[in-house]
Amino acid sequence: MKDLLKYLKNYKKELILGPFFKLLEAIFELIVPVVMAKIIDNGIGRNDSSYIFRMSGLIVLLGVCGLCFALTCQYLAAKCAYGFGTELRSALYKHINKLSYSSIDKIGTSSLVNRLTNDSNTVQNGVNMFIRLAVRAPFLVIGAAVMAVTIDVKLSLIFFVVAPLISVIIFLIMKKTVPMYKKTQKCLDRASTLTREGLEGARVIRAFSRQQEEIDEFKEAVDEISACSIAVGKISAILNPVAFMVMNLGIVAVIWFGGKRINIGGLTQGELTAFTNYMTQILLALVVLANLIVIFTKALASANRISEVFVLPAERSGDIADFDNKSENIIEFNDVSFSYEGAGDYSVRNISFSLKKGQMLGIIGGTGCGKSTLANLIPCFYRATNGKVSISGINVNDFDSSELRSRIGTVPQKAVLFSGTIRENMRWRKADATDNEIVSALKTAQAWEFVKQTPNGLDTVVSQGGKNLSGGQKQRIAIARALIGSPDILILDDSTSALDYKTDLALRRALSSDMPDTTVIMISQRTTSLKDADKIIVMDDGEAVGIGTHDELIDNCEVYNEIYRSQMNQREGENNA
Amino acid sequence: MLKTLKRVFSYARPYLKFFFLTVIFAGLGVALSLSVPVFIGEAVDCCVGKGNVDFDKLLKIIITLAVIVIASTFFQWLMSLCTNKLAFLTIRDLRADIFNKLERVPLKYIDGHTKGELTSRVINDIEIISDGLLQGFTQFFSGIVTIIGTLIFMMTINVKIAIVVVILTPLSFVAASRITKASHDSYMKQSKLRGDMVGLAEEMAGNQKIVKAFVYDERAEKRFDEINTAYGKIGAKATFFSSMTNPTTRFVNGLIYAAVGMLGALGVIGYSSIIGYMSVGKLSSFLAYANQYTKPFNEISGVIAELQNAIASAQRVFDVLDEKEVPNDSNKEKLTSCDGSLEFNDVFFSYTPDRKLIENFTLDVKSGQRIAIVGPTGCGKSTIINLLLRFYDINSGNIMISGKNINDITRDSLRSCFGMVLQETWVFTGTVAENIAYGAPDATREQIIEAAKAVYAHGFIKRLPQGYDTVISEDSGLSQGQKQLICIARIMLMDPPMLILDEATSSIDLRTEQRIQKAFQKLMEGRTSFVIAHRLSTIKSSDVILVMKQGNIIEQGSHSELMKNGGFYAELYNSQFAS
Repeated sequence: MKDLLKYLKNYKKELILGPFFKLLEAIFELIVPVVMAKIIDNGIGRNDSSYIFRMSGLIVLLGVCGLCFALTCQYLAAKCAYGFGTELRSALYKHINKLSYSSIDKIGTSSLVNRLTNDSNTVQNGVNMFIRLAVRAPFLVIGAAVMAVTIDVKLSLIFFVVAPLISVIIFLIMKKTVPMYKKTQKCLDRASTLTREGLEGARVIRAFSRQQEEIDEFKEAVDEISACSIAVGKISAILNPVAFMVMNLGIVAVIWFGGKRINIGGLTQGELTAFTNYMTQILLALVVLANLIVIFTKALASANRISEVFVLPAERSGDIADFDNKSENIIEFNDVSFSYEGAGDYSVRNISFSLKKGQMLGIIGGTGCGKSTLANLIPCFYRATNGKVSISGINVNDFDSSELRSRIGTVPQKAVLFSGTIRENMRWRKADATDNEIVSALKTAQAWEFVKQTPNGLDTVVSQGGKNLSGGQKQRIAIARALIGSPDILILDDSTSALDYKTDLALRRALSSDMPDTTVIMISQRTTSLKDADKIIVMDDGEAVGIGTHDELIDNCEVYNEIYRSQMNQREGENNA
Repeated sequence: MLKTLKRVFSYARPYLKFFFLTVIFAGLGVALSLSVPVFIGEAVDCCVGKGNVDFDKLLKIIITLAVIVIASTFFQWLMSLCTNKLAFLTIRDLRADIFNKLERVPLKYIDGHTKGELTSRVINDIEIISDGLLQGFTQFFSGIVTIIGTLIFMMTINVKIAIVVVILTPLSFVAASRITKASHDSYMKQSKLRGDMVGLAEEMAGNQKIVKAFVYDERAEKRFDEINTAYGKIGAKATFFSSMTNPTTRFVNGLIYAAVGMLGALGVIGYSSIIGYMSVGKLSSFLAYANQYTKPFNEISGVIAELQNAIASAQRVFDVLDEKEVPNDSNKEKLTSCDGSLEFNDVFFSYTPDRKLIENFTLDVKSGQRIAIVGPTGCGKSTIINLLLRFYDINSGNIMISGKNINDITRDSLRSCFGMVLQETWVFTGTVAENIAYGAPDATREQIIEAAKAVYAHGFIKRLPQGYDTVISEDSGLSQGQKQLICIARIMLMDPPMLILDEATSSIDLRTEQRIQKAFQKLMEGRTSFVIAHRLSTIKSSDVILVMKQGNIIEQGSHSELMKNGGFYAELYNSQFAS
């Protein structure tokens, strides 16, 4: 939490002056009842109408000053809070960009987004409220008590009973209700899950004619929400009336004992009025204070969640930017093993192979066998736990990571496109790619046909998450995106799963004819897709159980044979049919 | 707007009793609490000065005061309880209603909206209605009681000063609404910028791995910083504007306080002929009323903003509730037995009138036949399913099942003839057993296990932490293939005469895929089945192949017929063998 304070450093002035002005306003506010007491005691007591006029004018004047001070404070608070928030977000986003894949895994991307947007907002709001209220509310409580003491010490004892009493009531009720609110939220979350599932499964639910059961289940959930809400409402409804009661009973006590003090001449009538005023002020301030505590607790929790991101170390990077191909092998794995942070077992074990420029490597195997992990080691998204991964004879860890990645085109398993036009999406690898480059990449990826057919061509807008495109279209654009700027290495992580056979074949042919110098690493489930590869690695449970060409593997790799035969069997069946 | 309000309150009708109780308790509680300053004033008047305190009278007043305070507290608490009940029960009914509606609208409506948006209506919008409309309404109501009450009390104390107060109070109201208006613009800008920022953060940080892979980080930072800076500026402005309300209304209250103090004091010292009779005690109770009287005015602008919000939300909820429902067909005949035969006669269908899809489609399916639907990616293969299960209705022609027109039988009985496994698997939050028994809730554990075994799902289910009692959900870590096996087991248990299967190929590992293949084969034995086919083995052994392209059925026939024709299918098939 402390490490976030440095983003307030440019706003020291506002941070000090804001509460200061608020304090001035509060002082002026506290003076008003005193002036009113003077009007009653001196003005009325001495029948002095000009005194009354003067003092009323003074109250107005105090009000004007108070208004100015308050506005100044609000201005400073808003400026400081949003300035702080902006700097915090900017720094946080920069830091997120520096995180390694393993750090991202640790927190999860959706949680990162949450921390970047919601949590930063909560902290920002906390700062705003801190400046505006953190000084004012306690000051009003203490100030009112002090003023009471200066008027009459004995009578002020009532304050020291009432104020803590109200605080205790607020505390007890909050302690009881906060967990109940959490439970209500959980019920609400359940209703939300039911709704989402009901919408996502609308076809299935209707196919099974189970609408009524869904409705009944949802009914149960909303019943629970209302039961929870009513239960918590029962308790929280006590707060205001009881605080009001304690305060007024306090006033009753003040009047009774005040009456006694007046009778012996220790107090004036006007002072008694002021006393009752302070009592009201205390209550109002305490209620504000209770809300403030809630806001601060939330802000603190958010601040901690943000700090958790900041403490994650930035990704290590070497400084070699030179990518000249001096070595014969563009990619080389030397006895490489890797385990995910916190995982006990290796995800890939003892992998060794080498690949020459322009060759194609196929990786095949079941899910969770380490295919993607293996590929992720090449752009140094993860660092090998043991062994060495080198490109052009240089350990990938020694490369400047941005430089390294700008030479590698990657197509992730899930084709993610970004909102913007197709052209903007295509410029991700190279900000200044020309339309010619873009069209030729789209052609190679078999995507130009349908892009051309859209009314706006390259200017076609892709909605967030690419919802207006089919799965196959998205995959092809994602492939084209990685081809821009002729990367030295291209990694396709099972990226053609949504393509039909015909398009898949055309794509592979275009890749080898249009980009002969690019080294291709293709992860796939289909042996047919990898048949022409110069080298195929067969993965099974993290280990390379076979490395070689298709024909070699057919001869000597049992797992590959099994996969191949199972896929070919379907074919033979077809031939006999 | 008024109509929307009325409609929300129509949901409150069953709880009218709580509404009236709220009104009664609010009236009692507020009235009692308002009488407090009168007694305080009278009490102060008992303490004039040294040796001049009327203790007998003071004691009486104080005891009355204590009783009133306690009674008022009690009534206010009761009021809160009633408001709570009124609000939460009304909201409960409204929420159940909108969910019911979503189960009854045509699928077209659900397909046309994002799930997040609809969920947000069921959850968030209704929360806003609950917060704004009902709680806001009670605040509004007790505010009005307070204003009227204080006005009456002030009038009884001193009419002239009361009139001065009435004249001055709109000042704070005017000030508040001016500020609200002025800040509205920057508020709208702020919320738009915030939306943009969250959107960008979701896209970029949400796909952080891709951003890194493409070395896009610097450009992403630049884009983020741009929005962030703009948001910071406009946010500070909007917040400052809106935070002006409190000090300003406080200032107006101060003015009123000063005016009352001055006039009251003058009244006490002998200007009573002009101002009317006043005492110190009356002055102090008048001051207290003046304070309470202005408070609801200060709150009104806030309440109005919330009310507007709530009405907008209510409108969104009612928009859903006003959607046309799938017509009730319970009076139609139920299809009791299904022999597995199907007929399409001259079927025409399109989703939108301007884009023709299926035209003049005729097909005769005999019991036990297998129909493969093939075609390139995104060619609209699921349209046939939508028509068969009457998720969408055909435009003309007819579809006959077991010799009966599907429009003449109930949807439920039609759908119960089909077992369906889609590529987008659907499991819900619940145990594995519950998920498998979705179509047959009365199935015994033995039957469930048997079905799972039959489709090769028993093995992995057994290894789950709690076996069949493991709670699963869409994102609980089951692989796509495992989820699909559960969906297949579901159909196996249901034992329908006809099948609709979508052979998924993506992201399933080889061994699971083989298992699913075997499960499908088993499932299809002796059943009429429609298969959205990706595998040549399935396609070739089908009785009829429907070849689709861009939504149309362009060819139909058996494998050998289609190969002989040398059309699109032949091309598709040959390209596969060339690979």
